[in-house]
Amino acid sequence: MRIDQTRVRVLLAALAALALTLGIAACGGGSDTSSSETSEEGGSGAAIQSNPENGKVSLTIGSKNFPEQEILGEIYAQALTAAGYKVKSALNLGSETVALKAVKTGQISGYPEYASTALTSFFGLEPEEVPSDATEAWEKANEEFEKEGLEAFEPTPFASANAVGTTTATAKKYGLKTVSDLEGVSEKLSLYGSPECRQRIDCLAGLEKLYGLKFKSFTPVDISLRYTVLEKGQADLSILFTTDPQLSAEKDKFVILEDDKHVFPAGNIIFVTKKSVAEEAGPDYEKTILQVQEGLTLKVMQELDARVELEKETPKAAATAYLESAEYIE
Amino acid sequence: MSLPHPVLASFGGAIEFIFTPQTSNVTGGNKVGGFDKSLELVLKHLEVTVIALAIALIVALPLGLYLGHRGKGELFAVGIGNAGRAIPELAVIALVAVLIGVGLQTVAPALAILGIAPILVNTYVGVRQVDPAAVEAARGMGMSELDIMRKVELPLAVPTVMGGVRAAAIVIIATATIAPLAGVETLGDFIINRNVYGENGLLAGAILVALLALTIEGLLALLQNRLTSDGLKLKTV
Repeated sequence: MRIDQTRVRVLLAALAALALTLGIAACGGGSDTSSSETSEEGGSGAAIQSNPENGKVSLTIGSKNFPEQEILGEIYAQALTAAGYKVKSALNLGSETVALKAVKTGQISGYPEYASTALTSFFGLEPEEVPSDATEAWEKANEEFEKEGLEAFEPTPFASANAVGTTTATAKKYGLKTVSDLEGVSEKLSLYGSPECRQRIDCLAGLEKLYGLKFKSFTPVDISLRYTVLEKGQADLSILFTTDPQLSAEKDKFVILEDDKHVFPAGNIIFVTKKSVAEEAGPDYEKTILQVQEGLTLKVMQELDARVELEKETPKAAATAYLESAEYIE
Repeated sequence: MSLPHPVLASFGGAIEFIFTPQTSNVTGGNKVGGFDKSLELVLKHLEVTVIALAIALIVALPLGLYLGHRGKGELFAVGIGNAGRAIPELAVIALVAVLIGVGLQTVAPALAILGIAPILVNTYVGVRQVDPAAVEAARGMGMSELDIMRKVELPLAVPTVMGGVRAAAIVIIATATIAPLAGVETLGDFIINRNVYGENGLLAGAILVALLALTIEGLLALLQNRLTSDGLKLKTV
C-alpha cells in the first residue's frame, strides 16, 4: 500500500513538473518579431522594436482573474516579448491585495490596476475623494506608490467603473435613469453583486451610505454571472462594469443607471511595478507598455471584452488581434 | 505585543477577528467580521452541508444497497464513485447557475454530487462484505429480499457505510467554501473576499471551517458507534 502511494506521488510530481514546463514554454512562446523597416519611435501604430539587450531580462506580467484584466495582461506580455524581453505571465491573481503583494515580493514584475481601485483599496481614499481626472488620479496614486518603492506608469485612455445595471424592462417599469431614482423603490428590488460588494464602500456599502438606499436583498455571485442573474430574472439589479460589451451589443436589453452621487469612481488602468524592476529592465519596459496602451480607448476595450466574453475567444487571441491590427506586432 | 513567531501572531489576529469586528481598508469605516457575522456564516455553512449531505444520502444509500445486494454493477458503482470525486465543483456550480440560476437550490445539489461518490462506493463495498452465510440464513428464515437488505445487510455494513458518510461530510464542508460565488454566504465569504477581510479573515475562515469539520466528524463518529450493533463491536475490538 505504501509503495503504491509513493509511486503515485512520484507520478503526480512528474506530471506537475511536465505541466509547469509546458505552461512556461507556452507563456514564453509569443511572437519574436523583429521588424527593422520603421524607425519611427513611440508613436501609436509603430511596430515594437526588438532589442537584443532585453533578452537578458526576465519579466513576469500579472493580472487579476477576470477577462478585461487577462486581456490587458496578455497585451503587455506579448508586447514586451516583441520588445525582446523574456516574458512569463501569471494572469490569475485573485484580488488586488494578492496582486500588490506579488509585486512587492517580486513574484510578478508588474500588473495593470485601475487607478481608482489603487486609491480606495490600497490607500484608503473614500470613493468621492478619487479625482475624476485620469492624470490627477494617476499622480495621486503614484505619490503613494513611490513611498513603498513602487511605481505606476501613465494611465490608459479608457476608464472602467462599476455601475448599477438592470434590464430595460425594469428600468422602464420603475422609471429609472439614475441611481437616485431608486429612492423609494429599492426596498422592492433585489441586488446581486460580487461577494465583496456587500462590504465595499465603492459598492453596496456606498449605495447605502451615500444614497441612503436599502435593497430587498443582496446576493453574492461570481463576477462572470452578473448578466446571467439579470437574464434569469433572479436579480432586479446587478453590479456591472461600464466597459462591458453587453451594454453596447445588447443595448435594448440592459442599461446602467447614472451614478449621480459618485459612489463608483471611474478608473483608468495604470501599470504597477517595482522601481528596482523598472530600472533593471531598462527604458524599453516603460516605453513598450505606454506605446501599446495608447490605442486602448473605451470603444476598443469594449470590443476586446466582447471578443472574450461574448465570442469566447481566449484573452491571448484577443490581445494578439489587437496588437496586430494596431500594427504593434506583425 | 511581540509573539514568538509571526505565524502565531497571525493566528492571534484571526482569533480576534472571529470575536471582535475589525477595521477594513475598503469599507469606508464600517467594521467587518466579529462574533455575530461569524456565527451567521457558521450556521449557513452548516445548513448547506446538512442539505447537501441529505440529498447525497437519499441518492447514494439505496442505490449502493441495491447494487451491493444484487452483487451487480461493481464497475458502475465504483466507476460513478470515482468519477464523482474528479468532478470540478466550481464548473458544476457555474453550469447549474447558468441553467437554473444561483442560490441554495443550485449549491446544495452541486455539493451533493461530491458526497454521492464516497457514500455509494462504501455502501456497495460494505454490503458485499457481509458474510454470505448470514444472508443465506435470513433467506432460509423466509425474509423477503427487501427485509434482507434492511435488517441484515444494512446493519452489518454500518461501519463501512458510515465511513463513507463521514468522508462525504468532510468533502462537502470543505467545498462549501465556494458557495458565495453562487449566492449563498458560507464561511467561504471570509476566505474569498481578501480585499475586505484581509489575512485575518482568510485565516479565521479557514479555522472555522476546520473546527466545523472536526465537530461534524466527531458527531458522526458518535452516531456510528450508536448505530453499530454490539455484536460487530465485539468482533472488531
